Amino acid sequence: MTQNYFELFGLTPVFNIDLSKLETNFRKIQSESHPDRFVIAESAEKLKSMQLATLANEAYQTLKQPALRAKYLLELQGIFPISETNTAMPSDFLMQQLEWRETLEDAKAAKDINAVDSLLSEIRIEANELKTELTRLIDNNHDHVAAATAARKLMFLDKVTADINSVIEQIEN
Amino acid sequence: MALLQISEPGMSAAPHQHKLAVGIDLGTTNSLVATVRSGLSSVLSDEHGHALLPSVVHYNADNSVDVGFDAQKKQNQDPHNTILSVKRFMGRGLKDIDISQLPYKFTESVESTGMVQIETRAGTKSPVEVSADILRVLKTRAEQILGGELVGAVITVPAYFDDAQRQATKDAARLAGLNVLRLLNEPTAAAVAYGLDNASEGIYVIYDLGGGTFDISILKLSKGVFEVLATNGDSALGGDDFDQRIFCWILETAKLSPRNAHDTRLLLSKAREAKEWLTEHAEANVSCMLSDGDFVNVTLTTHAFIALTATLVQKTLSPTRKAMRDAGLGIEEIDGIVMVGGATRMPQIRKTVAEYFKQTPLTNLDPDKVVALGAAIQANVLAGNKSDADLLLLDVIPLSLGLETFGGLAEKIIHRNSTLPISRAQEFTTYKDGQTAMSIHVVQGERELVSDCRSLARFELRGIPPMVAGAARIRVTFTVDADGLLSVSARETSSNVEANITVKPSYGLSEDEITQMLKTSFNSAEADKTARMLTEARVDAGAIIEAVTTALAADGALIDSEEKNAIEAGIQRLQTIAASDNADAIHKAVEALNHATESFAAARMDASVKKALSGKELNTLNL
Repeated sequence: MTQNYFELFGLTPVFNIDLSKLETNFRKIQSESHPDRFVIAESAEKLKSMQLATLANEAYQTLKQPALRAKYLLELQGIFPISETNTAMPSDFLMQQLEWRETLEDAKAAKDINAVDSLLSEIRIEANELKTELTRLIDNNHDHVAAATAARKLMFLDKVTADINSVIEQIEN
Repeated sequence: MALLQISEPGMSAAPHQHKLAVGIDLGTTNSLVATVRSGLSSVLSDEHGHALLPSVVHYNADNSVDVGFDAQKKQNQDPHNTILSVKRFMGRGLKDIDISQLPYKFTESVESTGMVQIETRAGTKSPVEVSADILRVLKTRAEQILGGELVGAVITVPAYFDDAQRQATKDAARLAGLNVLRLLNEPTAAAVAYGLDNASEGIYVIYDLGGGTFDISILKLSKGVFEVLATNGDSALGGDDFDQRIFCWILETAKLSPRNAHDTRLLLSKAREAKEWLTEHAEANVSCMLSDGDFVNVTLTTHAFIALTATLVQKTLSPTRKAMRDAGLGIEEIDGIVMVGGATRMPQIRKTVAEYFKQTPLTNLDPDKVVALGAAIQANVLAGNKSDADLLLLDVIPLSLGLETFGGLAEKIIHRNSTLPISRAQEFTTYKDGQTAMSIHVVQGERELVSDCRSLARFELRGIPPMVAGAARIRVTFTVDADGLLSVSARETSSNVEANITVKPSYGLSEDEITQMLKTSFNSAEADKTARMLTEARVDAGAIIEAVTTALAADGALIDSEEKNAIEAGIQRLQTIAASDNADAIHKAVEALNHATESFAAARMDASVKKALSGKELNTLNL
């Protein structure tokens, strides 16, 4: 099982993938490989099923999420967006991160759900712009170095989004 | 190609036989068993026509055990020896439960495990044993009605059960002599029963408020695939808590002092009756005589009841919101809400859910039976009765798994709502020269501090080759299977030495305790044990021979004749040995056949996946 995630689902290795084909083929692979299909099978088949179903889940989650998909695509090209020597971020981006964090802290202190919601939608717009940029950089221009920075930005946004969601949970409790 | 599919003499697959498999809803208040007959899922009733078996176990002075209605009748006279709602104690420690209103004598296990134990006149009982007593009755009921031994059972668990609670449930089934085909999440089971009945497609929310647990699951239904997008819940919130609120209200209103176990039990049953009465009436009268001759006579109005329990109803919305967020969905995207569990009969619950989702929830299936019906459908598929072969359930892990790191912090390795099965590897190194062992603490939960999460187990890794500090690379792999159960393996990668793992479950039973319980429960002589082992070995041998023979008949063309001959020789050898009385030799021959079919299994899997994917391409071309 040496094929990469794109090959597993019969997809072309691009950033702007066919998401509905990804979903359909994921379900097809799970229909053939899920452990539920091998409950009364022999143990060699059970093991194989477990391995393939696990791989399909991992591959599906990676390709479904844009930041992880970009990172994975770049890694296939030998470029590692997250590594010890590759952490520099443009200063304007870092400034914006700081602003968002401050807004979040204020909203948390004031228990202001509306402020948090508007922050979330601001970040969603930013994330959509990055996805368009990643399609251009990876699929059209093959500029993997610039794409690595954009992918890293998208990962930052995912992290902020996760933190915002946990703040919402705290406010609600 | 067709020629190759003709079976050889003596190897033809047995005529398709319907395998007896059941779905069991092991509930806090009631338990049920269901099965699929002639393509229809139905609940199996006892000789009096009762489908529900109250999850109540009574231990008699003569060592006999009553389960169900007979036990329920004794709850008021003999509260210490009548165990209700045992599901609330599964995989739980003493500090996890509020024991102030419970009439039992609790102790903690003296063994390694932290699960609570209940002292009864029949001895100290683990919640696992009490649950096994309930399961045994359902197993017997099914076998009597269906007229044969069960191949296995699907047992349902609350989606929000953690690893310890799931393991305890599986142990209970094992103790009752049931082969567990799968632990299935209750809301997912309900979705199967509902979805198949209504041929639904789209995104559905299952709101499941049972006797002692609350689950919320969001599923995407599409062409027989039930994909759980997110699940959340509260494994200590249910109908029991509504009874408790009424109980406290009675004490307050009738100005009663704290009562003895007998009165507590009596008033709790009265509270429950009042709750059920209020579903269709505006007020409920509670009147009874207490043990000291005091007479209680109070009236609870619907209005007062709603006020008393408003916070409980609200408590279900927080997990609901979390699940919606995890699924990344807005309420306008929900196609339907299915209500499951007896507690969802309460009008204030239905009203609150309807207000939150801005649509009327679906209540057309009996909320008490829907989980068992769905479990039976899944059991039928898993046992290999092909009627619903297109059905596939993709479920998730409800709570994140993490490891303890420096400073008592929990580092998440598998996030909640990841689709199962899932596997994650983590690398560790030694911090001392020549270190040969290390300890890993696995926890479950969403909080940052280890002390706020649930401790699952401590693993001791031994046999690491001595090296300088930091040189060893120990790769620990955490796997969560389709039952939602965790297993751990470890390997030193630079020397490729397999490290030994000793598991110390925090709230489970050790393997020794299970063995001991099995021995006690069967109370068997050595000869019985040998006979049982031999029977089990032969069953295993028969199963693998059938599986491999069928596989060869279908896909024998995938391998060369040499490999095929080796497999066929293995089958013949096993057939010969299976006729002997040597269980050990049969096991070895089964293992050998398993080994011989490894690459065949891989080839079959690759071929079936390729075929599945290429089918899509052809369809696309036809469009």
